[in-house]
Amino acid sequence: MTAKTITLSVKRYDPERDEQPRLQDYEVPFHEDWVVLDALNWIKAHRDGSVNYRWSCRMGICGSCGMNVNGEPKLGCSAFLRDYLPGPIVVEPLNNFPVLRDLVIDMDSFLEKLRWVKPWIIREETALGPGEHRQTPAQIEHFRQFSMCINCMLCYSACPVIAIEPEFVGPAAIALARRYDLDSRDQAGQERLRTITGDDAVWDCSFIGECSAVCPKGVDPAKAIQQTKFESTMGMLLPWGGTK
Amino acid sequence: MVDIPTYDVLIVGGGLAGLRAAIAAVSVDPTATVAMVSKVYPMRSHTVSAEGGCAAVLREPDSFETHAFDTVKGSDYLADQDVVEVFVREAPLEVRQLEHWGCPWSREPDGSISVRPFGGMTTWRTCFAADKSGFHMLHTIFQTSLQFPQIQRFDEFFVTSLIVEDGRCQGVIGFDIRTGVVQPIAARSVVLATGGNGRIFAFTTNGSICTGDGMALAYRAGVGLKDMEFIQFHPTGMPSTGILITEAVRGEGGYLYNSEGDRFCATYVPSKMELGPRDIISRAMVTEFEAGRGFTGPYGNYMHLDVRHLGEEVIDRKLPFMRELGLEYMGIDIVKDPIPVRPVEHYMMGGVDADITGATPMPGLYAAGECANVGLNGANRLGSNSLPECLVFGASAGRAAVRYARERTAPPTDNPIAGLVRDEERRIQATYLDRSAGEDRIGVIREDLQRAMDRHVSVFRTEEGLVEMAAELPKLRERLGRARIDDHSRAFNTELVQALELECMLDCADTMVISALERRESRGAHARRDFPDRNDERWLTHTVAYQRPGDRPRLEYRPVQIGNFQPQARTY
Repeated sequence: MTAKTITLSVKRYDPERDEQPRLQDYEVPFHEDWVVLDALNWIKAHRDGSVNYRWSCRMGICGSCGMNVNGEPKLGCSAFLRDYLPGPIVVEPLNNFPVLRDLVIDMDSFLEKLRWVKPWIIREETALGPGEHRQTPAQIEHFRQFSMCINCMLCYSACPVIAIEPEFVGPAAIALARRYDLDSRDQAGQERLRTITGDDAVWDCSFIGECSAVCPKGVDPAKAIQQTKFESTMGMLLPWGGTK
Repeated sequence: MVDIPTYDVLIVGGGLAGLRAAIAAVSVDPTATVAMVSKVYPMRSHTVSAEGGCAAVLREPDSFETHAFDTVKGSDYLADQDVVEVFVREAPLEVRQLEHWGCPWSREPDGSISVRPFGGMTTWRTCFAADKSGFHMLHTIFQTSLQFPQIQRFDEFFVTSLIVEDGRCQGVIGFDIRTGVVQPIAARSVVLATGGNGRIFAFTTNGSICTGDGMALAYRAGVGLKDMEFIQFHPTGMPSTGILITEAVRGEGGYLYNSEGDRFCATYVPSKMELGPRDIISRAMVTEFEAGRGFTGPYGNYMHLDVRHLGEEVIDRKLPFMRELGLEYMGIDIVKDPIPVRPVEHYMMGGVDADITGATPMPGLYAAGECANVGLNGANRLGSNSLPECLVFGASAGRAAVRYARERTAPPTDNPIAGLVRDEERRIQATYLDRSAGEDRIGVIREDLQRAMDRHVSVFRTEEGLVEMAAELPKLRERLGRARIDDHSRAFNTELVQALELECMLDCADTMVISALERRESRGAHARRDFPDRNDERWLTHTVAYQRPGDRPRLEYRPVQIGNFQPQARTY
């Protein structure tokens, strides 16, 4: 049987053995409904157990399998082989992060940035009241899209600012800060806003918009950044600050 | 050995139960130190894939009693009713707590939290955040946890054993996946919250990380695994990948059709139709397939799940992720096309033997969430009861663990632990990293386990199938002992992680198969073709499996806590 195959060219790097990253080719079976992640799993199970990458849900929600596919940041679980015929498909780690091994990036910096923007509800009273806070569907719409971020890091890989300025807090963290700033239950006022309009934050963004273009979940971090800049400007001009 | 990090409470697992436990611990005692140890970044935990919602009695006319009754009947009377009682009372508090932490629950026009119908629930009580409930709950609680400096995370740390000294659990040994360095983390108490083990099956909704690690850790330390024969098959998985199509599709009014165009649920659960419990509907589907009334495709038989009559507006508001998944992974638009579905392994009712507070029989060791069995779900969990279970019992395990920790002295940080670490280091090096020859690959052995489990421990079971599977397991274990390892590096060696996960899966599978083989009746998700009836006289009892190295697990049986609801025939 001569089944159809496709070549996956995988960026390999082992800090214990390799001076430099290198590409390694694997011939994998082609299936119409296979994604790049299926091909990697096949390689790992049947050809080379030493290929390393992260994955879990294989349904585009856990955010683990961000990788560059033919140079574009993608979720491995939603990049279909059929869209890259006849191949080869070059699979590399995301840009703008240190590489730990093969396709695995070190994203601890994002976790620090995330904590830095205070992605939690800030309110005066913290005790649990007897009922829920009311929040209308329209109020949810204010922030809903920014709450859809899966932390997959595709936007950091695409961001030209992060590439030259690693300290930039970055699109996803700003979108999540905005998500809380726009939440009717939040009373942070200027607290969070001051953070993301300070150093290494929204004013570093040159508004290229790549972040929004690559987001697999329809989040628009560029819009979050623009809104934040606008609100902070209004805050400087108007005594009562921005609006919720 | 110097400077072993030491904490009051150590939590293994960063999903909904683990994070809830961590926050509960530091809320009870703000001076407490908590280690949050997870093999993935917490927001990758499989809670993220939960879709349909979270059950809780929020308002009239719903009542604690009906939620309790639905849960007990759904469990086929194997739930412990004292546990169910606590669960239904605390679930609404937890839903409101998540709301206060920012969870974007879907709302009514007046701003109150919306509820939707769900399988086996007699009234609308499932709160939801569209059809990404687990995703929103997990990100909300993870982001909330970032404000507590007392919670120190060890992300991508794989735990390989529990530290048991003086009969108490006093920490864990494992390795930082990034460096491969084996190290201990000591603690006055430990909470296991590692989730389920669905990856023991080939066709499962579960993510790759669901490999039963916490169950295996407890089991090897002498703690029993309870009710492991009860494995939930969700009726509506995508035929190709097993990706979950949420029960909320039926909650919102979707119909299930067989190939003859009949809503076949009428034959099996006439009063509930598509909203019957998962075990019964999965059996109904397989029965229909066997009678030749299923559609046939490249992945075998399937049914049609149809939401076209709901209209685009409702689908986009309440089931947008389902539309997205259909378009992406099946090339169908659920607004215009019926969704092919077939039963898929989904959830482990069984787990680490734990009481109503999450305490296991081992002092200092607690368990919560899917990895635990506190007695809530019995023989079949109702859809939307697992997210509140993670919250309610995660919180109580966190509280119990920190209270226990306050009364204890610090764990030893000298010789005994140093010796354990050396042993573990040697075991990993000799068993895996030093081995290169061998025919089998880890991935192939894992696939063989998964396929065999799909075949023999599925919706219906037989004596022959279970006996065959029981004979297969030692062979798989022996193959693992001889498998080749391609990756001999320390840094981010996921082949090593997979080998260790496979050990965990095999330990879990032992208990699942033997517990199922011995339970000679049909109850909830455990359906024996050779014993089709429920037998309360003999089998109204929990199974607890204990490890006997080199041998089959030893089984003990324990009475079920009956309360207000006496067992009766389970018809819908």
